[in-house]
Amino acid sequence: MKEMLKINNPHNDDKVIDACSIFGAMDVSGKSFSGTGVIKAINNMHDRSNGLGGGFAVYGLYPDYADHYAFHIMYLSEIARHQTESFLKDNFYIVHDEKIPTKITEGIVNPPLFWRYFVDIGKQKPEEITDDDYLVGKVMAINTTIEDVFVFSSGKNMGVFKGVGFPEQIAEFFRLDEYQGYLWTAHGRFPTNTPGWWGGAHPFSILDWTVVHNGEISSYGTNRRCLEQFGYQCTMQTDTEVVAYALDLLVRKHNLPMELVAKVLAPSFWNDINRMEDGKRELLLTLRQVYGGLLLNGPFTFIIAHEGEMIGLTDRIRLRPLTVGEKGTMLYLSSEESAIRLISPELDNVWTPMGGEPVIGRLGKPLPSHKELVGTLR
Amino acid sequence: MKTLVPPKFRVERDPERCIQCQVCVNQCTFNAQYYDAEDNLVRNREENCVGCHRCASFCPTRALTISKNPMEYKENLNWKPGDIEDIWRQAESGGMLLTGMGTDKSYPIYWDHLLLNASQVTNPSIDPLREPMELTTFLGRKPDRVHVNPESIQLETKLAPQVKLDVPVMFAAMSYGAVSLNVHESLARAAANMGTLWNTGEGGLHETLYKYGKNTVVQVASGRFGVHARYLHAGRVVEIKIGQGAKPGIGGHLPGEKVSADVALTRMIPRGTDALSPAPQHDIYSIEDLTQLIYALKEATNYTKPISVKIAAVHNSAAIASGMVRAGADIIVLDGLRGATGAAPKVIRDNVGIPIELALASVDTRLRQEGIRNQASLVISGGIRNSGDVAKAIALGADAVYIGTAALVALGCHVCQQCHTGKCAWGICTTDLALTRRINPDIGSQRLENLLRGWSLEIKDILGGMGINALESLRGNRLHLRGVGLSDTELDILGVRMAGR
Repeated sequence: MKEMLKINNPHNDDKVIDACSIFGAMDVSGKSFSGTGVIKAINNMHDRSNGLGGGFAVYGLYPDYADHYAFHIMYLSEIARHQTESFLKDNFYIVHDEKIPTKITEGIVNPPLFWRYFVDIGKQKPEEITDDDYLVGKVMAINTTIEDVFVFSSGKNMGVFKGVGFPEQIAEFFRLDEYQGYLWTAHGRFPTNTPGWWGGAHPFSILDWTVVHNGEISSYGTNRRCLEQFGYQCTMQTDTEVVAYALDLLVRKHNLPMELVAKVLAPSFWNDINRMEDGKRELLLTLRQVYGGLLLNGPFTFIIAHEGEMIGLTDRIRLRPLTVGEKGTMLYLSSEESAIRLISPELDNVWTPMGGEPVIGRLGKPLPSHKELVGTLR
Repeated sequence: MKTLVPPKFRVERDPERCIQCQVCVNQCTFNAQYYDAEDNLVRNREENCVGCHRCASFCPTRALTISKNPMEYKENLNWKPGDIEDIWRQAESGGMLLTGMGTDKSYPIYWDHLLLNASQVTNPSIDPLREPMELTTFLGRKPDRVHVNPESIQLETKLAPQVKLDVPVMFAAMSYGAVSLNVHESLARAAANMGTLWNTGEGGLHETLYKYGKNTVVQVASGRFGVHARYLHAGRVVEIKIGQGAKPGIGGHLPGEKVSADVALTRMIPRGTDALSPAPQHDIYSIEDLTQLIYALKEATNYTKPISVKIAAVHNSAAIASGMVRAGADIIVLDGLRGATGAAPKVIRDNVGIPIELALASVDTRLRQEGIRNQASLVISGGIRNSGDVAKAIALGADAVYIGTAALVALGCHVCQQCHTGKCAWGICTTDLALTRRINPDIGSQRLENLLRGWSLEIKDILGGMGINALESLRGNRLHLRGVGLSDTELDILGVRMAGR
């Protein structure tokens, strides 16, 4: 899969355009639950996707291997598997590996071969590089230099399952009803190109970060060129990739808290910033001045997740839907309220957040009320 | 010596309509019409007509029509009339040919080969009448990242000085002396009212205009005219002028006739003396010298103002610009081949430099390749004619643009290219006190504000159509551009795809 770009976007257009259904569920107490409800919920929004992509991310997935990086890898050939496994042996210590269990599913045509590996970073890693940077570099190396292989999940105690089909078909194919996790996100895809490539489905993931995304980033050209300055090469031509790299830059490298990252991706309007009290005004003004190239413009809703955290965010004028539901320690994010109501009819709270206002669920932290959320940013 | 150059224009006067009021005679500063008292008739000296339309615009009975002199030469695709007449002029004068305004040659205008995008179906366009649409732009050096204390959420990064523009269009450098005080005042007031900047040019800042300092770029050019501590402190931005698109590598020459008492005072030179700006800045013979001047100006202004450096777009602009950013420039100004001038040798104006679109694209690309694009804002000038050009410039990578000719046209300029004569009939490019009164700053500033307001509305419509509601999301967004009628190499330099791809 050297030419990922061509596989993902055979027409070599600007970028892959897609619209979608998205769903997220998190138990902030950390209790694991099965995927049955999430599958039912995303299936309820069947018509928002067109069978060309579905996927899930599950956190708290591998408690037995919680301290090891879990690679989910798809292969188009056995040769690719042999090459990749020898690469993995050269660069990592493989604790355990196995075929990802699947079952024959109606509507799922010609799937790749799926394998998972639990690895430790070995002594090969130069000391001056962090574990995460080392891992990212190796994942990029596999994806760009070995043919017919794609690493689509590489975090700890989490995993991504995705492919070409409706989300409920993907769930059946990967037997997701048999897994447990404390945080699930799900995606049904409606691409306007027809790539039919399993790697092109959502969630998009690097390390333990995942993004599911409904929307089109009209600022893609600006964002991509901004990220290039920081060494990120956007090869997949999906706007979701831009979001993943922007998160990596802002959270991991620039150490900004998620509330402020949301203000970079979907900043307040200049007029609103001008009206804020001094400290906050200066903070948001500076962020917007410096990170203007990372403003995501155009219609979008994301559900971003990583270990212990789930974030819902829409564009500044909320051109794509997001509904939030709460029930006890459960937080739900969904394109449509109906999907939440289907699996949790009696909600404590349900609301539509303002454009650009992040909704953040964190492990071990009780859900703040709607009003508190609006005021989170000091 | 009798000139062989035939008149360029015909002045036709409808005898039925003409009432011999002599408005045309009084308005024409080139002496192309006169009153014949004996016959009670207004007559023409067509050889003097420059085609500025001042007479026709003010004729109360619309008796005048100015048309091209239809006199034809033997058809020749090699020797065009202009080539022949230029030779006659030089054979008659023995000097360099001087001219004004930007080049009138048919070099490609790349703006006209670039097309903008709009949203259809997959994402909604945004209606600027119903949704916020943001044009705010901040010029100045930006750091690579912001440091925030993760515990207290306190900002730990202090930005270098930033200048806020409400509209990404500024008024280009035109010196007092080249243009009149009334023009300066019109520009300054319009800039202040519209939240943008105007530029003094290299002739200093007239005492009465210091009150517009917050909206003023004060220029420091090779002649150092009118540069002193108060001047530097008055401005919002200090701009070092290295070169000008209309005359790269050439200095300036304000003839003594234009150095009136007020001009002399402002420029700090004796009245009636020629104001000569050397070709280079004589303290900048290399890039390390530029660093010294940049930091001298930063020291002089206590690091409170961005320092801008303006160069003409030339062949190796990208490498030069990179050096300028590393030398400490906070803003880089590129002035293109089609940029205008109050006076320049015609051979330079028409033959030196490169089109601004190509220079902009290559400089923006180079600065990004080197990871230093954020360290300086990029401003371009030279040939911006309308808001479509502005949007395309921003999509190619500019932070903002300067307009010179367009601003003068808003004031009434008819682009007759006589700026160097000092006889501007529209009262713009002159210091003749009788003529400068033809620009009323109350009306002039209103016309300029109207222009900027109109362009702002249009840019907002363009952005909304693309599904974007902030200008920074168009900046450098070349995916929103497509090329037509361009070669692969041109597309490659511009970094845009062919329409249809």
